[in-house]
Amino acid sequence: MTFNAAALLLLIAGLALIGWLAGRGRSALLAGRAGAKLHSRPQYHGWYVALWLFVPAAIFLAVWSSVSPALITNSVLTSDAAQSLPAFGFERGAILSDARNVAQGAQAAVRIPAAAPLVKPYADATHTYAWIGIAAMLALALAGGLYAFTRIRPDFRARTRVEKIVMAILLLASLVAILTTFGIVLSLLFESIRFFSLVPATELLFGTYWNPQSGAAQPDTFGGIPLFWGTVLIGAIIAMIVAIPIGMMTAVYLTQYAAPRVRKWVKPCLEILAGVPTVVYGYFAALTIAPALREFAVTIGIPNASTESALAAGVVMGVMIIPFVSSMADDSINAVPQAMRDGSLALGATPNETIRQVLIPAALPGVMGGILLAVSRAIGETMIVVMAAGLSANLTANPFASVTTVTAQIVKLLTGDQEFDSAKTLAAFALGLVLFVVTLLLNIVALRIVKKYREAYE
Amino acid sequence: MNRDTAPTDWKGTAMQKRIASRYAAERRFKLFGLGAVLLSGAFLAFLLFVMVGNGLRGFTYTNVEVPIDFKAMPLTIDASRLGDTDADQVIANAGLADIVAFAADEALGTDGSKLLSENAWKEVRTAIKADPELLTAKTVFHLPAASEVDIAAKEGAKGALGAKVEALEKNGKLSTGIHWSFFRNADATDPAVAGIWGALKGSVLTIFIAFLIAFPTGVLAALYLEEYAPKNRWTDLIEVSINNLAAVPSIIFGLLALAVFINWFGLCQASALVGGLTLALMTMPVIVIAARNAIKAVPPSIRDAALGVGASPVQVVFHHVLPLALPGILTGTIIGMARALGETAPLLLIGMRAFIGDVPNGICAPSTVLPMQIFLWSDEVDRGFVEKTSAAIIVLLIVLLSMNALAIYLRNKFEKRW
Repeated sequence: MTFNAAALLLLIAGLALIGWLAGRGRSALLAGRAGAKLHSRPQYHGWYVALWLFVPAAIFLAVWSSVSPALITNSVLTSDAAQSLPAFGFERGAILSDARNVAQGAQAAVRIPAAAPLVKPYADATHTYAWIGIAAMLALALAGGLYAFTRIRPDFRARTRVEKIVMAILLLASLVAILTTFGIVLSLLFESIRFFSLVPATELLFGTYWNPQSGAAQPDTFGGIPLFWGTVLIGAIIAMIVAIPIGMMTAVYLTQYAAPRVRKWVKPCLEILAGVPTVVYGYFAALTIAPALREFAVTIGIPNASTESALAAGVVMGVMIIPFVSSMADDSINAVPQAMRDGSLALGATPNETIRQVLIPAALPGVMGGILLAVSRAIGETMIVVMAAGLSANLTANPFASVTTVTAQIVKLLTGDQEFDSAKTLAAFALGLVLFVVTLLLNIVALRIVKKYREAYE
Repeated sequence: MNRDTAPTDWKGTAMQKRIASRYAAERRFKLFGLGAVLLSGAFLAFLLFVMVGNGLRGFTYTNVEVPIDFKAMPLTIDASRLGDTDADQVIANAGLADIVAFAADEALGTDGSKLLSENAWKEVRTAIKADPELLTAKTVFHLPAASEVDIAAKEGAKGALGAKVEALEKNGKLSTGIHWSFFRNADATDPAVAGIWGALKGSVLTIFIAFLIAFPTGVLAALYLEEYAPKNRWTDLIEVSINNLAAVPSIIFGLLALAVFINWFGLCQASALVGGLTLALMTMPVIVIAARNAIKAVPPSIRDAALGVGASPVQVVFHHVLPLALPGILTGTIIGMARALGETAPLLLIGMRAFIGDVPNGICAPSTVLPMQIFLWSDEVDRGFVEKTSAAIIVLLIVLLSMNALAIYLRNKFEKRW
């Protein structure tokens, strides 16, 4: 007997359905017998019963399934068989999880002999707590359902009650966004503070040497400047050199020159370009672009050209950003009042003079905002740099050399087999915090510019 | 009036020259614009061309014809155990691998067994389980070739291997067929039996969980913000955090999931459950923004009419506004889900990078997703994985494009102009 949350959720959902039918039937019956007019339609009475039945039980279920594993482990640890366990560390955890797996049927037999005597206490405790949980949940559901059922009267304002609960659910749903934001900020801050107690913050922010896995011979060094430079080189310089002109010109052409039929075909193509997963871009960069660029670099005689180059990652990232820049520029150009364009054309300016001297200057704040958003997206991009830019932290301006970025290092630090509390894994969270703050600032500034500019023309 | 200045001489050569150069500049500018469009188009075409060119071969595989005579080399097992759950183990213990290797050596010359994939005998095992009669007869099997042989047969090769493959081809021992195990199996270290089914199932489970969480939450949040929220500091905070979450780099969500779901809640690592939760948090803001736009597009007259005939505010929204906004919401949701389906970075951090050789059988089982499979294969040294990677990319792109096409279709079919 184990505690299967999904099945129990289905069970109380089924009970709620019965409650719904009962509540609806009861109210209709009462109305029919008393000849009174119901305040709320029968289904609202049904919903009232069903919600009272479902919500408390579901909340209990959620709490119980997160608490009960700890309760079970505690009761096993107090049993006689657990006294011979090693006191600390990995082995203890392994033995316990081995016994748990066997007791709950996840594996057929123990892999560690020491776990064998623990299987029975585990099975017993699992059994007991599962029964306690199920009994309490059912009691709660029935109590809630009965309470609601007894309140049904013809003049009972079931609809108002149900609508209040609906509003509460809506409010809760919108609070998830705040919770997520807080979760991000808190988890990054918490782990970063732990990291900064091991390594001073100034080293991460201003150190110029990055070598987190130097081995035992020398201490690990966490100088972040090479990563920040690599991120800027790839995301803010190379990618933007590719994306800004092409994206802008695409937007200009599509809004000012292209026939509607052309636009109808080109826009979906751009959307496809935007919809290609980044891992595909990364593979493409590593497989096709990077070797070609290396060949090119060798032919023009650049020393130490690498197969993993900043240029390959940057160019492909730029292409990925094109649709984004183009659609932002598109919006900004379209927001320029038609009168300005007409005025310029009426004075005899050619379309391109109008675009370059009237439309683009007028749209510039919006375009700048869009570019800042694009930069924020580019520096947060991960897969392309992981696959094509390499992992060696070089402080170089040579675009053919291999550089690394903040995101690539986060991935590298967290996908090894270190234990969680080492400075390396904590460093990933500190880097994440830096990335989060920078992208947040970029976004806020960009959105403010865009908003201000929109207001100017409205 | 001061008319000292001469009237503009439109016909003069200097003016004509200026006009001509301005027109030339106009043409150049237009060409630049066209060039930019063509450049992005060309890049897209090039990318698709490379992927399809590399990947199409990944859907086929070279098989080698090997006759196995079980009468001469009997596999001593109890036929009644073939239906048992441990039949695989029973057959393996009976030494089928050696029999297949021996038969291959006999049929293809010395070291013939090296031409076969090391997992070739498993195909024979599957065939035997399906039809125990094979054990008493001589049958010609078409078994997957070793990865080098497959590449040599497809691309041609030099040296001893090339000569051998050419000889086999001449004798009609080689055949190319659709690589079914690519669609049936999970990841493996041998390209001959590595498949995307495990990753595909993982993707479906993950996206399903993400949808189950993100869609209701996103729609309800959008309804609240758009229809009921009072203007105060709290709702401003909600709006700001939704807009910012939509622009937070995806890898940050991976860090969040690692810290909260795995280290704090202790949910199952590398599972579809945690992956789905992570992607749900990532997609929810996108759905909220799309849903708010769709809700905004429903004209106020509908609300007024419903309120006018006595509907309560909740009834107005759930009976009238929501059904009318649903097509727009669905379009935004599908696009958000397509983006989540192609996402890799946050899933790397929750442990989905591990090699998983089994098809996941539940939301808590270790699983991988299609983009992650692509990433893992792109790192493989074995050359056979190059075309498998591209083939997996083709599958992923087809899924994503059909999701986007569905979204566009829904938008066009149900879009209402008020």
